Amino acid sequence: MTHPTISRRGALKLGTAAAAGALATPFLGRSGLAAEEPIKLGSLLDGSGALGLEGKRMIETTEYAVELLNKAGGLLGRPIKIIAYDTQSSMQLYTQYAQQLALKEKVDVIQGGITSASREAIRPIFGRSKTLYFYNTQYEGGVCDRNVFCTGTTPAQTVNHIVDYALKTWGKKAYIVAADYNYGHITASWMTKFMKEGGGSVAGTDFFPLDVTNFSSAISRIQQAQPDLVLSALVGANHSGFYRQWDAAGMKGRIPLGSSVFGLGDELTTMDASTTNGIVTCYGWYNDLPDARSVEFVKGMQAKFGADVTDLSELDTATYDGIMLWAEGVKKAGSLDRDKVIAALESGISYEGPTGKVTMDGATHHTTRSTYLARPKDKKWEILASFPDQFPADTAGACDLLKNPKTNKQFTPDLKG
Amino acid sequence: MAPDLIGLLGFNVLAGIATLALITLGLGVIYGMMRIINLAHGEFMMLGAYTAVAASDAGLNIWVAMLVLPPLVVGLIGLVLERTVIRFLYGRMMDTMLATWGISLGLIGLVTSIYGNVVRGVSTPVGSFEIGRYGASLYSLVIVAAACAALAGLYLLLRLTKFGLILRATMQNPRMAASLGVSPDRIYMATFALGAGLAGLAGGVLAPISGISPAMGAAYISRAFITVLGGGPAILTGTGLASTLFGFINELVSFKTTPVIGDVALLVAAVLLIRVLPQGITGRYLRRSL
Repeated sequence: MTHPTISRRGALKLGTAAAAGALATPFLGRSGLAAEEPIKLGSLLDGSGALGLEGKRMIETTEYAVELLNKAGGLLGRPIKIIAYDTQSSMQLYTQYAQQLALKEKVDVIQGGITSASREAIRPIFGRSKTLYFYNTQYEGGVCDRNVFCTGTTPAQTVNHIVDYALKTWGKKAYIVAADYNYGHITASWMTKFMKEGGGSVAGTDFFPLDVTNFSSAISRIQQAQPDLVLSALVGANHSGFYRQWDAAGMKGRIPLGSSVFGLGDELTTMDASTTNGIVTCYGWYNDLPDARSVEFVKGMQAKFGADVTDLSELDTATYDGIMLWAEGVKKAGSLDRDKVIAALESGISYEGPTGKVTMDGATHHTTRSTYLARPKDKKWEILASFPDQFPADTAGACDLLKNPKTNKQFTPDLKG
Repeated sequence: MAPDLIGLLGFNVLAGIATLALITLGLGVIYGMMRIINLAHGEFMMLGAYTAVAASDAGLNIWVAMLVLPPLVVGLIGLVLERTVIRFLYGRMMDTMLATWGISLGLIGLVTSIYGNVVRGVSTPVGSFEIGRYGASLYSLVIVAAACAALAGLYLLLRLTKFGLILRATMQNPRMAASLGVSPDRIYMATFALGAGLAGLAGGVLAPISGISPAMGAAYISRAFITVLGGGPAILTGTGLASTLFGFINELVSFKTTPVIGDVALLVAAVLLIRVLPQGITGRYLRRSL
C-alpha cells in the first residue's frame, strides 16, 4: 500500500486554502455556527455480511432517531452528528473501528454491536478509552460494566414467559436446540433453569455450529426423546433450515415450538405460513403492536425509508431507546462528561418510546420495560399477552453497579441452585 | 432399539448419503476430469438455489423450478465463466484456484446486491410420512431420487454416448484426442458447464430444506471437497463410495452424539482414509471404473 504524500504544489494549495479558511472563520463564528460544534455519536453496526439484514434496519433507526433529536433542537444547543462505520459482520473490523471511533474521532457516545461476540470484542476497548457505550439488542443478559448500558430484553424478561406459556399449555418435558456460541449456551442455561423452576424437565440439549445445514439427525434425536415441546435458540441463515426441515418432517403438528430468536430477522416474510405459524416467541416489541407510539415509530420509519419497512423488530426499537435514553441522560446531566451522564442515567431515567415506558435501572444498567408474547399467524404477529414493567431480574441477581461500580464482567446463570 | 427407530435412522442415513453425493458430483466432474479445483462450487449451488427461488416466485411449477431450470441456468453461467476466465488458465492449478475463488466472491457480491442479504426459501412440495411412531420427510425421498438420477444419468452419458467416449478420451490424453480430430477446447468447455449444471441441480434440489442466502455455499463446500478427495480419480464410483462412507459415519455419529462430533467423525474418517489410501478409494480399488 502506498501512502499519500503531499507535493510541493499541493502544500501551497493547502496553505492557501487554510489561509482562506482562517480568514473566513470569524464570519462563520459571528453567524453562530462555530459555537455549535456537533456532538459525535459513534455507530458500529453490520450494514453488510451475515448480519447485514438486521444491521441495515438498525442503521436506519439510528439515522431516524438522531434526525428527530436534531429537529427538536439537538442536545445542549448543539446538533448531533453520526459517525458510522460498517463493521461488515467481521469481528476484526469491530475492534479496528472501535479503536478509531474512541481514539481518533473521540466520539461522545457509542451505540452499536449486534452479536454478543461483537459486544465482548469492543466492550474492553471503550472501557479503556472511557467512551460511554450503549448495546442495543436483545441478548443473554448478565453484562455488568459501569461504562455499558444495555437496552434490549434479557431472558428473565422474555424466555421465562415462553417457558411459562409452554409449561401451562404444552407440557412438562422440553428439548432444547441452540446455536453453538455464547448466546446459545447461556440462553439454553436460562431455558433449563426456568423449566426446572416451573416443575418441568429437559430431555436433552443440542448445540449446533452456525454452519450446520442438515438437521435430520437432530430431528430424529428429538423424536426419540419424545418431548412435549421444543425450545429453540437457533441463530442465522443456515439454522433457518431447521424450521423448514421440522415442517417437512411433519413435526409441526406433533410437537410445538418456542423460540428466543425466531422472527427477529425476516423469517415471517420469507418462510411459508405453515412453517412459521404457531411458533411462540417473546420480545420487547413487535411490528404489529397497536399502541399509538409504536404505530408512530413504524410510520416515521416508513416515511423516511420507504413503505417496504415492514420488518422492524425489537433490535430497532432498542436502538431507538438507546439513543433516546442517552439523550435524556445528557439533558439531565447538562453535560457530555461521561461520569456525569452515567450518574444521570443511574438516577433512574425513564421515557415513553415505541415499546411503552422504558426505565434505566441504575444498579444493572439494563432497562425495565414491557415485553410481549406473540406467535405468527399467516405472516402476521398475533399478540398473546403483554407483561408491563419487566425487571431485568437475571442481571440483577448478581450485578449491582451502584454498590460495586468497579465490577466489569458478564454473569452467567448459576444452574446448581 | 425399536424397529421403527432403526427404520427412521436408516432412512436418514440414506438421505444423508444422497445429499452428500448430490453436492459432490459437480465438483467431482470438474476436478476429476479437468484437474481444476473449483472454489466457486458452493456459489454455483447457491445460484441454483436462487434460480429455484426466482422461478417459483415467478409462478412456475415447483418441480420445473427445482429440477429443470437450476442445472440449465447454472450450466450456462458455468459455460460463460469457462469461456471468459477458466480457459486461459488450464494446467495452472494455483491460478485456477485463485480465479475460481475470485469468481465465488464476485458471485456472492452480485447476488447480495440483487437480492439483498436476506434468507429466502421455497416451500417443500411434498409432505411427510410415518415410520412407526416417527415422522419423516417425504422430501428426503426426492433428494435420494435426484441423486440416483444424477449418478445414473452421468453413467449413461459417459458410457453409452459418443460424447461420453470423446470426453473420456480427451481426459485421458488430450493431445491424442486432438490428433484424431477432437477439439479439446470444446470438450473442456462442455465438461465445465456439465459440472456447473450438476452443482446447480444440487442447489435447486436442496433449496426447499435450507436457508437460501448469498453466503450459503460455504456451508457445503468443505464436505464436498473432502468427499471428492476421498473418492479418488473415478468420478462416479469414487463419489458414490465416499458419500456412502462419510454420509453413514456422519449421520450415525450425529444421532448418537451431536452434529459437532458428527462432523469431527467425518473429518477423522477422511484423514484416516487419505492416510491409508492417498489417492482416494478409487486410487487403489476399482481403478478402471468410471
